[in-house]
Amino acid sequence: MNKPLTQHVRPDGRPLTLQEYEKAGGYAAVRKALKDMAPQAVTTLVKESNLRGRGGAGFLTGMKWSFVPMNAPKPKYLIANADEMEPGTFKDRILLENTPHQLIEGMILAAFAIQADNAYVFLRWAYKQAAKVITTAIEEAYAAGYLGKNILGTGFDLDMHLHTGVGRYMCGEETALLNSLEGKRATPRAKPPFPQISGLFGKPTIVNNVETLCCIPHIVNNGAEWFKDLSRGSDAGTKIYGVSGNVKRPGAWELPMNVTMRELVEEHAGGMRDGYRFRGALPGGASTDFLVEEHLDVKMDYTSVAAAGSRLGTGTMIVLDDQTSVVGFVKNLEHFFAQESCGFCTPCREGLPWVEKILHTIERGEGKPEDLKLLEFHTKYLGPGNTFCALAPGAMEPLQSALKYFRKDFEMLIHHKISA
Amino acid sequence: MATVYIDNKSYEVGAGKNLLESCLSLGLDLPYFCWHPSLGSVGACRQCAVKVYKDADDKKGRLIMSCMEPVADNQRISIQDPEAKEFREHVVEWLMTNHPHDCAVCDEGGACHLQDMTVMTGHNYRHFQYKKRTYQNQYLGPFINHEMNRCIQCYRCVRFYKDYAGGKDLDAFASRNQVYFGRHEEGTLESEFSGNLAEICPTGVFTDKTLKEHYTRKWDLTNAPSICQHCSVGCNTIAGERYGELRSIVNRYNGKVNGYFLCDRGRFGYGFVNAEDRIRKPRVRHETVSRETVLEEIKRSILGHNVIGIGSPRASLQSNFVLKALVGEDNFYHGVNDNEHNLGDLVVKILTEGPARSLPLKEVENCDAVFILGEDLTNTAPMVALAVRQSVRRQPLQHAAKNNIVEWNDAAAREFIQDEKGPLFMATVHTTKLDELATRVYRAEPDNIARLGFAVAHLLDPEAPAVDDLSNDEKEQALQIANTLQQVQRPVIISGTGCGSEIILRAAANVAWALQKKNKAAGIVLTLSESNAMGLALLNGHRLQSALDTILNRRDDTVIILENDLYRHGPPSVVDEFMKTCHNVIVVDYLNTPTTQKASVVVPAGTFAESDGTVVNNEGRAQRFFQVYEPAQGMQESWRWLLNIGAAVDHPRLAAWKNFEDVTRALAAEEVLLRGVEKVTPPSSFRMAGQRIPRESHRYSGRTSMNAAINVSEPKPPEDADSSLSYTMEGYRGQAPSSMIPFFWSPGWNSVQSVNKYQDEVGHALRDGDPGVRLLEPKERGAAPYFSGIPEAFHPMKDHLLMVHLHHIYGSEELSNHSKPVAERIPQPYVMLNNDDAAERRLNAGDTLTFEVEGQAFALPVVISQYLPKGVAGMPYGLEGLTIVELPAWSILK
Repeated sequence: MNKPLTQHVRPDGRPLTLQEYEKAGGYAAVRKALKDMAPQAVTTLVKESNLRGRGGAGFLTGMKWSFVPMNAPKPKYLIANADEMEPGTFKDRILLENTPHQLIEGMILAAFAIQADNAYVFLRWAYKQAAKVITTAIEEAYAAGYLGKNILGTGFDLDMHLHTGVGRYMCGEETALLNSLEGKRATPRAKPPFPQISGLFGKPTIVNNVETLCCIPHIVNNGAEWFKDLSRGSDAGTKIYGVSGNVKRPGAWELPMNVTMRELVEEHAGGMRDGYRFRGALPGGASTDFLVEEHLDVKMDYTSVAAAGSRLGTGTMIVLDDQTSVVGFVKNLEHFFAQESCGFCTPCREGLPWVEKILHTIERGEGKPEDLKLLEFHTKYLGPGNTFCALAPGAMEPLQSALKYFRKDFEMLIHHKISA
Repeated sequence: MATVYIDNKSYEVGAGKNLLESCLSLGLDLPYFCWHPSLGSVGACRQCAVKVYKDADDKKGRLIMSCMEPVADNQRISIQDPEAKEFREHVVEWLMTNHPHDCAVCDEGGACHLQDMTVMTGHNYRHFQYKKRTYQNQYLGPFINHEMNRCIQCYRCVRFYKDYAGGKDLDAFASRNQVYFGRHEEGTLESEFSGNLAEICPTGVFTDKTLKEHYTRKWDLTNAPSICQHCSVGCNTIAGERYGELRSIVNRYNGKVNGYFLCDRGRFGYGFVNAEDRIRKPRVRHETVSRETVLEEIKRSILGHNVIGIGSPRASLQSNFVLKALVGEDNFYHGVNDNEHNLGDLVVKILTEGPARSLPLKEVENCDAVFILGEDLTNTAPMVALAVRQSVRRQPLQHAAKNNIVEWNDAAAREFIQDEKGPLFMATVHTTKLDELATRVYRAEPDNIARLGFAVAHLLDPEAPAVDDLSNDEKEQALQIANTLQQVQRPVIISGTGCGSEIILRAAANVAWALQKKNKAAGIVLTLSESNAMGLALLNGHRLQSALDTILNRRDDTVIILENDLYRHGPPSVVDEFMKTCHNVIVVDYLNTPTTQKASVVVPAGTFAESDGTVVNNEGRAQRFFQVYEPAQGMQESWRWLLNIGAAVDHPRLAAWKNFEDVTRALAAEEVLLRGVEKVTPPSSFRMAGQRIPRESHRYSGRTSMNAAINVSEPKPPEDADSSLSYTMEGYRGQAPSSMIPFFWSPGWNSVQSVNKYQDEVGHALRDGDPGVRLLEPKERGAAPYFSGIPEAFHPMKDHLLMVHLHHIYGSEELSNHSKPVAERIPQPYVMLNNDDAAERRLNAGDTLTFEVEGQAFALPVVISQYLPKGVAGMPYGLEGLTIVELPAWSILK
C-alpha cells in the first residue's frame, strides 16, 4: 500500500459509501483508538509519525495538537480546513469528493486526541460536488454511530457539521477561517493567543488541512514507523503532488514524499507540451517562489524546497513555459491576491493593488524603469511580520523570485516594449 | 517595572504594557492609527513599526508592530532604525495612494491625525501614479458627516461604535481596498455616542456636521475649558468660538470623569447658545431697553419691596450664591419642584451621611458587578451607561488574563470573551438599552423596584430592614443579586432621580451601605437631573412651593428668577397665578421660555460659553467652566448682573464683590458643604512664567481683519478679570494646569491625539492630576442608620394607571431642546401603556388617551409596550409643550 490516501479513488469518481469504506478497512482506526488508546497516545503517535501539515506551512501536526489544554472545559473544536483556494491547487478536492469517510475518520481521531466535542468541515463554496458527498457521508457516519453521542459505546461524543464558505481565499488562513465560521468578517486574528488556546468562539480549537487529517487513520492503523517509511526522505508520508501549466498530462498523484521536480514534470506530467520549454515553476501553489531549470532535481519535501529558496506549500506546482509572459503570469497572480486581500492591514490592502497596477502597466509596455524599484520595495516590505498575516508575504514570493530569475523579461518590456 | 533599551538608551517602563503605549508615555514620537488608549491594539494599520533586537549583539533586528508587542525586561528596540523609519514612511505612502488631496477643504485639516502622522514619518513624494478609489457617502443624520473617500481603513470607527459603545448600525463592509465603513443603508446613526466618531476617526471621514454649519479651523477657534451642561455627570468639554458664535464642543480629557468620550447630547446640544430666539437685550414689559434703564427698573422693583429669589439647577454655584446673598438666605428658593428638591436633599444625605463612597465615573468602568435601580441611564446620564457597558467586561477580562490574554490585545481579548458578560442587574420600569448586557432584568413600578433593593440589602446585612410578602421570583432574584454582589471585588450600586422616587434612592442606599459593611470598595453612583442639580442641593435654600405660596399670600412682592423656566417645575395654573400675582417678575436668563415671556423684566444672561462658573456633578465633584468669549453687548454672566443689581441697590455685601474670585471665595467661606470650590482652579492672579494662558492657538488667523467691517483698527482684546486665561493668541505656550487646558496641542500633534502629551502615562491621569475637587466624602464612622419605611407591594388600581416619566436623551433636557440638530431627534409626545391595559380599554397604538394626573389634563397618542408593567403608564419627560408634572402619580383615565 504505497498510496494510502488515494488507494480507493475510483476512475469514475464515485465516492466510497460507508459500507464500501468499512469493507475496505475503514473506521478500524476509530475503533482501535477510541477503544484501546488514550487520547494523549494518539497525539504521541502522530508526533512520532513526523506528519507535517499539508496546508502549506508544514507545521508538525502532533505538536500542534499537544498545545490544546486537555483539562479545558468543553466545548473544544476540531476543524477540517477544506477551503482549498490556493491557485493551482486541487489536491484536497480529490480526497473530499472521493473518500469523504477517510476525512471523517481522520477528524474523529483528531477530535478524540484533543477531546473536542464539535467538528466542522469548512468547505470552499465552489466545491459543490464535495459538499454533496460530505453531507451524505456525515449523515451515514451519524447513522452508523461514528458520530453523535457515546460513539461506539466508548463515551466519546462528537458532533460534525459541514460549513460552506462564500468564496474567500482568506478563509484558508486558519484564524480568518475561525472568524468566518463565527459569522464575522474573514479577517485574520493576532497570534498569540493561538487557536489551540482561544480559537473558535474563544475555545480551544485545532484547524487541520484535509490531506493532513486523511493521513491520521493510516498512521493509527499502521504505526508511525510505517508512515515514515512511506517517504523516501526525511519528511514522512506520501504527498499528493500536482502539476498544472503547459505540460502534457496536468494532474495530481499521490507519491512518496520527496520525489524530485523533474520526476513530477517529466514522468508524471509527461513533460512539456510540444513546442513549449520549461522555464520555471511555482512548486507549491501561487504563493511560493519560482524555482527554475537548475532546480529540477530538487526533492519535493519541506526541507529541500526551502533550501532551494522556495516552499513546498501545498505541493501542487504551476509550470511556467517559454511562451507565456512572465509579467502577465505574475500580474495574474497579483490580481488574485489583491482581490483576495481582506483589507485589514495597510501594506496588503494598499500594496497589492499597487503592485498589480504596476505589473499591468509594464505588461502593456508602459512601464518605467523606476517601476522595478517600486516592485522591489514591495517585495521587501510586504514580507512576513510586516503585514498582519501571510497573505501578502505569500503574494510577494512569485514576484520576488520572478524579479530574480526573469528580470530580463521585465526590463525588455520596460525598455523595448517587447516580450523577452 | 521593566527596563527597555530604546535606541540604546535605557528606560524604565511599566510591565504588562505594549511597546507603543510605553514609548508614547515616555514622550517619544511614534506614529500610529489603529491603536487608541481606550480601544487597545489590533495591529491593523502597521504604522507603529519598530525594530526589535534579540540581544545587544543582534545588529540586524526585525520589524515588529510596537502596539502588538508586550514590554519585556531588557528588551532592545529602535525607533530610529533606518529600515523602521522607511517602513513607517511607506505605510503612510500606501495610505496616501487612495487618500484624497483635499486637506484644504476638509473639516479635519489642521486637527488631523493623518496629517500629523504623515509629517512625522516624513512621507512627501508620491510614487503612486494611478487613479484613486472613490466611494459613495451616506447621510448619517444631523450630527455626523460622512466622506468615505478619505478613509484609511484603521477600523477605529467600528471598534469604538460597535465594540466599545455597543452600537448596532455602523459596520465594515466589503473587502480588499474597497472596505467601506458606514451603515447598511443611509440613515441617522442610532448610537447615543456617534459624535465620538469625529474624534476617533484619525482623518476626515466622520466629522461634526454641526460644526460644518459654521465651519472654523481648530486653530482659528477661541477656546476655553468647559463643563457639559446637559446632565448631571459633568463631562469636561472644550468649547470653541469664532465671530461671537459658539462653534463646537469637543471632549476635554478627564481621567476621572469622561475620559476620551462624550455623549451626543453633550456634544451637539450647544445650539441653544446661538439660538436666534435667545434673550440678547434687556427687556422691560416686552420693550427692549438699555442696560441703565433695566438696572433702574430693577432697582425700583427691589427697593421697598419684599424680594425673593428663585435659583436654578442649571445655573452656576456663583450665580445661585449671589442671588441668595442678594435676597437673603430666608428669601432664597431652589427653583425645582418639591419632589426634585427632596430627591436632591436625599442624594446629599446618602453621599455624606452614609458609608458608601460616590464613585467617579471612570471608576464605574472598573467595577466588576453593577446593580441599577430605576434609572434609564442611557437617557438620563448617557456616559454612565457607557461606563456600565465597560464594567460588564471586567470579569471576562480577568478570565482572559488567566489565559495570558492581556486587555490591550483588544481583538484577542474580545475573541476569547465572546458573549461572556460580568454581572449586571437591572431593575427598571421599562426597557433600557443596557438590558442587552444584563444578567437579569427586573421590570416593575418604582415601589416594587425599591422593595427588591430593600430585600437585597437585608440579605446582605440582616440589620437592614426586611421586606415581607415578596413573590418567590422576587425572593430568588434578590438572593441572586445579593450573592453576586458580595462575591465580587468592586461592586457598584447605581440609581438616580429619574424615577422621581425617593424610595428607590433609599433602597439603593441601603444596598450600598449593607455591601460596604462587607466590602470597603463597594461604591454608589446617584445621578440627578441638571448640570448643577447637585450644586443647588448643596446650597441651602427653601422649597419652591413655599415661594409660590408665600407670594400668593403677599401680593406686593418682587421675584428674581435665575436661569429658570418655572413652568418646568410647577403646575402651569399655579405658576400662571404666581406670575400674575407678583408685583415684579425679574428673570435673568438666556433662553426664551414661557417664564421669560411672562416676566416684566428680562435680563439677558450669558450662557455657560459666555460665563465663568462652577458646577457640582453627581459624584460631588466641583468643576469649573471658563468664559469662552465675551458675549455681545448687553449680555453678561448672571452672577455679574446680580452683582450689578446689588451695586445699584447699594447692597452692602454684593458691592464688595468685584469679580468671579471674590464671589467664589465668599461662597466657599459661607457654604459649609461647598468648602473647597475655591481650589478647583488656580486663582485669576495665577501666571505661567509670568504669562496668561492663551485661549487661542499660535496659528489663530484674522484678528487684524475680522472686525474690519466695523472698525479698521484692531480692537484691544478684552482683559479677563475672572481667570488667568487670555483672550488672545499671546501667552504661555507650554502646558496649562490640568483644570484650565483651553485646547490640546503639542508640536507635531495638532489633532486631539495630542492628549497623549498631557499625560504622564498615556490613557491615565492628566499631568498634574485630573481636574475637579470632590466635595462629598462618605462618613465612615457613625454612619446614618438604614432607611426604613418599606412600601407596600404595587397593586394596580381600577380606572387608574400609575403614571411615570420616561426619559429621552433628546427631548427630556431643556437646553439641548433649543439646539436644532438635537430638536430633529426629539420624539413626538405620547403615552405608553402595557398591552393588557391597552386591550382592556380597547386602545390601539395611535389612539388618543385622555387622562388627568396631578390636576393636569392630557390627551396623548397611545404607544403600546409589552415591557411596561401592568397598571403602569409612562409619558415622556420634558418635551417642549408637554407639561411636566411630579411623577410617579396615579392618573385618572377619562
